[in-house]
Amino acid sequence: MADNTSANAYWAANKRIIYISLVIWALVSFGCGILFRPFLSGIAVGGTDLGFWFAQQGSILVFIVLIFFYAWRMNKLDREHGVDEE
Amino acid sequence: MDQYTLNLIVVGASFALYVGIAIWARAGSTSEFYAAGRGVNPVLNGMATAADWMSAASFISMAGLIAFVGYGNSTFLMGWTGGYVLLALLLAPYLRKFGKFTVPQFIGDRFYSQTARLVAVVCLITISVTYVIGQMTGAGVAFSRFLEVESTTGLFIASAVVFAYAVLGGMKGITYTQVAQYCVLIIAYTIPAIFISLQLTGNPIPGLGLFGTHAESGIPLLTKVDQVVTELGFNDYTNLHTSTFNMLLFTLSLMIGTAGLPHVIIRFFTVPKVSDARWSAGWALVFIALLYLTAPAVGAMARLNVMTTMWPNATAGEALSGEALAVADKPDWMANWEATGLLAFEDKNGDGRLQYYNDANADMQAIAAERGWAGNELVTFNRDILVLANPEIAQLPGWVIALIAAGGLAAALSTAAGLLLAISSAISHDLIKDALNPNISEKGELLAARISMAGAIALATYLGLNPPGFAAQTVALAFGLAAATIFPALMMGIFSKRVNSLGATAGMLTGLIVTCLYLFTYLGWFFIPGTNMLENTAANYLFGIPPTAFGPIGALLNFVVAYVVSSATEEPPQEVQDLVESIRVPRGAGVATGH
Repeated sequence: MADNTSANAYWAANKRIIYISLVIWALVSFGCGILFRPFLSGIAVGGTDLGFWFAQQGSILVFIVLIFFYAWRMNKLDREHGVDEE
Repeated sequence: MDQYTLNLIVVGASFALYVGIAIWARAGSTSEFYAAGRGVNPVLNGMATAADWMSAASFISMAGLIAFVGYGNSTFLMGWTGGYVLLALLLAPYLRKFGKFTVPQFIGDRFYSQTARLVAVVCLITISVTYVIGQMTGAGVAFSRFLEVESTTGLFIASAVVFAYAVLGGMKGITYTQVAQYCVLIIAYTIPAIFISLQLTGNPIPGLGLFGTHAESGIPLLTKVDQVVTELGFNDYTNLHTSTFNMLLFTLSLMIGTAGLPHVIIRFFTVPKVSDARWSAGWALVFIALLYLTAPAVGAMARLNVMTTMWPNATAGEALSGEALAVADKPDWMANWEATGLLAFEDKNGDGRLQYYNDANADMQAIAAERGWAGNELVTFNRDILVLANPEIAQLPGWVIALIAAGGLAAALSTAAGLLLAISSAISHDLIKDALNPNISEKGELLAARISMAGAIALATYLGLNPPGFAAQTVALAFGLAAATIFPALMMGIFSKRVNSLGATAGMLTGLIVTCLYLFTYLGWFFIPGTNMLENTAANYLFGIPPTAFGPIGALLNFVVAYVVSSATEEPPQEVQDLVESIRVPRGAGVATGH
């Protein structure tokens, strides 16, 4: 790593990306899949409502996108801060 | 060719493949034995992780678990996949950068404490041994059901096959057999699902068919399921019948537990780079999702199929406006599975028809009295049947049935092998190499690793032959402990420089002891029936928390105790803080490969 300031900035940026990702992670599963289901009941999806879809499929699909987004974003961040693997 | 011969050929061919891979992928060094030489392609590691993770329970039981409860058991779908987000973001890349071989080794080095490492070894072995019992019994059952061998003989055959690739190849052999096992199990799971979805909804993708239209009645599939089950007095499918709080807590418990399972974590030690560990977690979830997006469809469709078989009029109209299935019209697959005891019928009122309904429901009791029914006549309806009998329900050819047998065995054996490696590396690397004989040579340690593996297989076989009566309950223990001990310790080790050896050890011990006490209170001391201090009912639970969902509470206590104790004692030495700095950045991961 170049110096301490850059290392701190890298770690702070990483933590920020993790926070945002985990908020989305919780929103789709605990939120849309369970807690907010009553509020989403107006949106019909194949014989049931959007909350049911999030609980059985939507959250899993979002999880996949989240992990790939994190991997792509972090690999970019590694290069920006010069801490990527040669 | 009869079904038995077909099963034998397909299962035999899959076993020959695994043994072939074992001979090709022999391990020549400890690095190959513990971490496959860190040369596994991230996509292949994703596949291996998916097989490692998806156990006999995921393959055989999950669709049935969802089918019989409906929406409420979505917890398994979200919990068992959401854990991978935690793993990918919070643990896997940093542990790969650390570049050692076992989970207790990280805990020991980061918290500069032999005690912390030993506590981690105890937790790891408890988690993995309880988990492996289920896999071995699952393999034994699959053998006895499909190959008509005694389940004891089946278990010995399964152990011998695992022995061949796990002892010879270690992580290297296990990785490549898991890739093969993933292919077998996903094909076996998907083919019958595609056909059943085509028959019911005309959609070849089961996940889409679930939200599609039921072909014969013209209404949405899930509406049809709701309609039929409620008509017969069962809870409807798409609503929640427990508390929201329990659903939240149980989902969280499965997520944290999944992220803390050592046999899954060590899979990420096998890829060449930190960036590969990140990608690999994504691929793992893609391969897991292929099954997890199909399972709820299989569950709902198979349940509807059974319902409409029992009440032929339900297919297009209302179940009760027609007659129940006549005994003489029982389809072949029902008769076949009756022989296994997973299904049982009893014509209680002797009318030559089989009335299947919820006889605990008051409205149904009134209808039954009026129509002269004497109780539910589908007296045994095992949940696992929905997956096991799926090819027969969909009237698929014999080779598909044989594939289900091979797939179930692949799911059980791949998970068993991963668990056995986690156990044996903790013994040979953490106990023998580190604690007992630090001067052991590379060759000596490799031999020790192989002997530990053989010992772990012998223990697993013994436990498979004599499963403790509490086998089902112990899964709660495995997930609870993984959530309450391993996950918090790893996370604090990475994200805090302040947590010290005393804090981490106190935290882990708190998580371990409190979780065990809470489970034992309701499930009996060491799960011995009758020794529980409080009855296992919701009224007795502390704040309404069921023992199966205690993981997050144990984890929270672990975090709190670790922080409080650490703040009251001195900060970790400089070299440990430097270690934390170094695992936070990817550069230099290649250097650690040699250790």
